[in-house]
Amino acid sequence: MKKSMKFSASFSKFMFYFGNIVIGIIFVSPLIWMISASLKPEAKIFANMNSITTFLPVQASLDNYMEVFSRLNMPQVFKNTLLYIALILVLDLLVNSMCGYALAKFEFKGKGAILNLVIALMVLPMEAIMLPLYIEMSQLGWVNTLMALVVPFVAKCFSIYMFRQFFCDIPDDLIEAAAIDGCSPAGTFFKIVVPISKTVYATVFILDFVSHWNDFMWPFLVMTGENNRTIQLAVQSFFGTQPVHYSAIMAALVVSAIPMIIMFIFMQKYYVEGIASSGIKG
Amino acid sequence: MAKTSKLTGRKRNERVAAYGFVAPAVILLIAFLVVPMIYTVYYSGFKYQIMRPNDMTFIGLDNYTKLFQDKNFWLAFKNTVYFTVIVVPCQCALALALALLVSKKFRGVAVFRTMYFSPQLTSMVVISVLWSVLYNANPNTGLINSILVTLGMEPINFLTNADTAMNAIIFMSAWQGAGYQMMIFLAGLQGIPRDQYEAASVDGATKFKQFLYITLPGLKGTIKYVIMITMIQAMKLFTQPYVMTQGGPKNSTKTLVYYIYTQGFQKGNFGYACSIAAVFFVIVVCMSMAMKKVTAATD
Repeated sequence: MKKSMKFSASFSKFMFYFGNIVIGIIFVSPLIWMISASLKPEAKIFANMNSITTFLPVQASLDNYMEVFSRLNMPQVFKNTLLYIALILVLDLLVNSMCGYALAKFEFKGKGAILNLVIALMVLPMEAIMLPLYIEMSQLGWVNTLMALVVPFVAKCFSIYMFRQFFCDIPDDLIEAAAIDGCSPAGTFFKIVVPISKTVYATVFILDFVSHWNDFMWPFLVMTGENNRTIQLAVQSFFGTQPVHYSAIMAALVVSAIPMIIMFIFMQKYYVEGIASSGIKG
Repeated sequence: MAKTSKLTGRKRNERVAAYGFVAPAVILLIAFLVVPMIYTVYYSGFKYQIMRPNDMTFIGLDNYTKLFQDKNFWLAFKNTVYFTVIVVPCQCALALALALLVSKKFRGVAVFRTMYFSPQLTSMVVISVLWSVLYNANPNTGLINSILVTLGMEPINFLTNADTAMNAIIFMSAWQGAGYQMMIFLAGLQGIPRDQYEAASVDGATKFKQFLYITLPGLKGTIKYVIMITMIQAMKLFTQPYVMTQGGPKNSTKTLVYYIYTQGFQKGNFGYACSIAAVFFVIVVCMSMAMKKVTAATD
């Protein structure tokens, strides 16, 4: 009796690992194939499709990466992308955290109305307003400039909401004490509250970094010049540019994923927490 | 006495500061969300070609009458609904299954979690380009068809056949997105008290019964939230068909957002495109309100 239970326990443990491994392989194999193909010469990537060796980087070299860097002007593309994301994020963290703090801790006329506005606008899809927004950009003369990528997306309802939720939990005593010590409301916020709120800043930072790194549609509409292209636009256009070298395309895909992977390695905790907390509070 | 006057002075300070704090965000939200939203509705009442910006004529509801008779609009609507109706349950169920696989602590759990999450580390454009290659109809160059042929099956023209193109996009999207929802489910699973399972297994409840009577009810709120965000995300489908099929074959992957783009930016029918955008907006809002209603009713 005991022996069979032990056997069934270890059998179910085996099945559990087996299931995880099989599904895990299915999940990562397209990405493994992509990385392996990016290292192979063009002639080799489709050479042995019907064997497992298609996942192995035979005759590995970085030639494809050289080709990507020379054909796509990667330094420029990275500069365009990182610059606009950095600008958005700095302003995003400042503007939305201030708004979230006021909605959490200050009493003023119109507070309820603003909170309702923020919550209502959360479901507004960008796709429903992109036509007039485009007209607005062209009237301001912002098409093909950084302004069009940055300014409309600084204020974010979801970020405001995340900040507000976090700041609501900060004890009022702390803020009172700072005020009695002669701190102005703004001074209290920047000197006392911000330094103890690093987690929420890190969470909003990583969530918004990821979403902007993945931006495709809006940059595609407003950045039409070749020198203004962001990373996703560069990758997408490279896919259709002659000569079509699949190995080089795969290298371009890998290059465009590297900043995300680096971010994930360093900010994994905040990223996962951010995704998870959105579900609990939403 | 001195203290109260100091306090009221502080209250006044606080009010001034409050407006200063909310002003930048509120001004930006109004300028770049509320105003364009109003203009979407406003332009939808005009015949407005992008090539002739000075020749706007007010035509009332004509754009909408035209829209409801436009069979391309209904096709885009049908395709979007089809995508949403299939991808939402598949992706959410897959995400829940993955979460259950890696919810307990065991050796290597972090590795498996990362594996399931890994498609999220690449963008939708990257995934779409990669899978266009994987889906290639020729078994000598398309990885998936080469696997099918090795298993003794017929190769499938995934992206070049109107019957399979949308399904191919659905499969890929679920693969890409499930890791994200898995993380939300994992957090939800942590909220279910351990002792409930212990009590159930003492009573001799099978794992399946435990799932049915403890896990699912415990995850109710999380499941609703996940369905809601996946649904809204699904309604916005554009990048995958744009990169992989350009809406084809035979418009079988043209979606509502794709149609807004085609009419507004490719054909320059701005007024007409705005009427599609307004309808699209109403659909998304109705869906999220319906979800909230359902959520409130079952709580």
